[in-house]
Amino acid sequence: MNTYQATRLVAARELRVKLRDRTFIFSTLFFLVIIAASAVVPALIGNGTTTVAVADAATAQLLSASDELEVVTVGDDAEAEQRVRAGDVDAAVVDGPVVVAMDDAPQSLITALSSSPPVQLLNPDAVHPVALFLVPLVFALVFFFISTMFGTQIAQSVTEEKQTRIAEILVAAVPVRALMLGKVLAGGALALGQIGLIAVVALIGLRMSDSGPLLTLIAPALGWFVPFFVIGFVMLAALWAVAGALVSRQEDIASVALPLQMVIMIPFFAVAMFSSNDTLMRVLSYLPFSAPTAMPIRLFTGDAAGWEPFVALVVLLLTTAVSLLIGARLYEGSLLRTNSRTSVATAWREREQIG
Amino acid sequence: MTSVLHVDRVNRSFGSRQVLTDVSFTVTAGRMTGFVGGNGAGKTTSMRIILGVLAADSGEVSWQGKRLTRQARARFGYMPEERGLYPKMGVQEQLVHLGRLHGLDMAAARRATDALLERVGLAERGKDLLETLSLGNQQRAQIAAALVHDPEVLVLDEPFSGLDPMAVETVLSVLRERAAQGVPVLFSSHQLDVVERLCDDLVIISEGRIRAAGSREELRAAHALPRFRLLVDDDAGWLRDVEGVTIVELDGPGAVFDLAPGVDEQQVLAAALARGPVRAFAPVTPSLAEIFREVTR
Repeated sequence: MNTYQATRLVAARELRVKLRDRTFIFSTLFFLVIIAASAVVPALIGNGTTTVAVADAATAQLLSASDELEVVTVGDDAEAEQRVRAGDVDAAVVDGPVVVAMDDAPQSLITALSSSPPVQLLNPDAVHPVALFLVPLVFALVFFFISTMFGTQIAQSVTEEKQTRIAEILVAAVPVRALMLGKVLAGGALALGQIGLIAVVALIGLRMSDSGPLLTLIAPALGWFVPFFVIGFVMLAALWAVAGALVSRQEDIASVALPLQMVIMIPFFAVAMFSSNDTLMRVLSYLPFSAPTAMPIRLFTGDAAGWEPFVALVVLLLTTAVSLLIGARLYEGSLLRTNSRTSVATAWREREQIG
Repeated sequence: MTSVLHVDRVNRSFGSRQVLTDVSFTVTAGRMTGFVGGNGAGKTTSMRIILGVLAADSGEVSWQGKRLTRQARARFGYMPEERGLYPKMGVQEQLVHLGRLHGLDMAAARRATDALLERVGLAERGKDLLETLSLGNQQRAQIAAALVHDPEVLVLDEPFSGLDPMAVETVLSVLRERAAQGVPVLFSSHQLDVVERLCDDLVIISEGRIRAAGSREELRAAHALPRFRLLVDDDAGWLRDVEGVTIVELDGPGAVFDLAPGVDEQQVLAAALARGPVRAFAPVTPSLAEIFREVTR
């Protein structure tokens, strides 16, 4: 049994157990429902029509041209106002023309009654400001949540093997690094699978709600997000596995995971809050812990040159390799220390040389 | 080279505490070897070093004359002192998984698992999660986990501790079966009476040093005292006055006594016969507990 075969067996077990776990299935479905709802519901709400009572025939004709308005023709202005008071209609247009409503004049009605000046866009491809704010936030959020959620699960799965003492049987059978690598890879596959599902649902949702143009803008950034996400996740997952190996009980994971959570949380806030600061974003897009979100965002906003993501990806890859090596050593040094919490220094020193 | 597991001058310390000092012993094919010692004597540390779960500071472990490698160790069966399997995984599924981790292919792992579950009386519970099994049945599953890959060597740390009497019999018969097939079986225990009943060979450890090792008979012979038991019809109190006899125990017609060096037990027997009928006269072999007390003193 070499490391590769052992890693595959360990990863396969992790996947089987997780895919049968009710909590995992339920949380995945829940996530998907939220995503689908947030893509579709705003469009549905926006499409609601406003009912307007109108006595004047000319006004009625003008308003019925708008598909957001439903015109109810009434006998006179008094009756129109009466219908508003009774709540039969959302608003009325009386002589003047004056819009009558209870507490809030419907925007669509006012727009229909006003005349807009013609607009000429000089740079029509520029990203919509709302998208400019939302897309970085979504990337940062997805990376933050997925890496925290699946990272915690990897740590729990490691501690479970320590706590139930099966670790010793496993260590006697296969190389310790295979145990860690198998968990990291299985966690990565699950995280990628869940992201894939979320992306598919979000894309279908956006299509249903007619947000096509935004889609074509996001696509290239999304394409880059995938490799950055996968490698970044593996880098963090190795550290999560170590966090799980350092403690002996599930209850203690939170305390060792705190520095790790900081390492994930600080880049998240930096990227989410300073996505308009070009210099800071340039730096963040090369730093391993923030690159997975910052670089795709810079590609999305069009600030990054074509060669930049490749360089950032290489930096991330190297950091991930180092993280796996350090992680494997700490893992070997702590997995069988079941008495108490192991310090990082002890784990580094105590690694057993096993032939 | 014969199928012998050989531990050769193994040393290990934890910090400044020397836990094993020049530990050497052999486990021979087809024999049940009992590894005996008090708590903290170094049994578990020795076994963990044999399995490669812990590294030795110096010394080495060899199997069939070759220094142990990871590949060779994968063919060992191991039951750690602290038991554990995956609580939320089916019994059959995790045995198959462990079999595969030890190098079996899927079909072989399935076959071995089914046969073993049948053997330990868990055939009906294969699909159940481990945590839903009674404690006794979990222990049966645990022994099955050590055997699923049909190991070449068995190393079991306190395999009988905490077992219910039924499970002890099951485990015992399974182990004897393996030993009869030529597998060296090393098992530790601090229950001397259990070991005395089960083992062919003995290794006694105390404070990290091997105090005695060999077959049960050899050890008994080596540590036999010139001690005899006599049962007559009348009071045996006259023995007190025989030269060279030290009374260990006297109870009416029964007596246990030691002989001074050079004194012939046949003379004592003749003296007893001269006084009346002798119902019993036999050498007293030392119990394992007595040998243990003596060598660890």
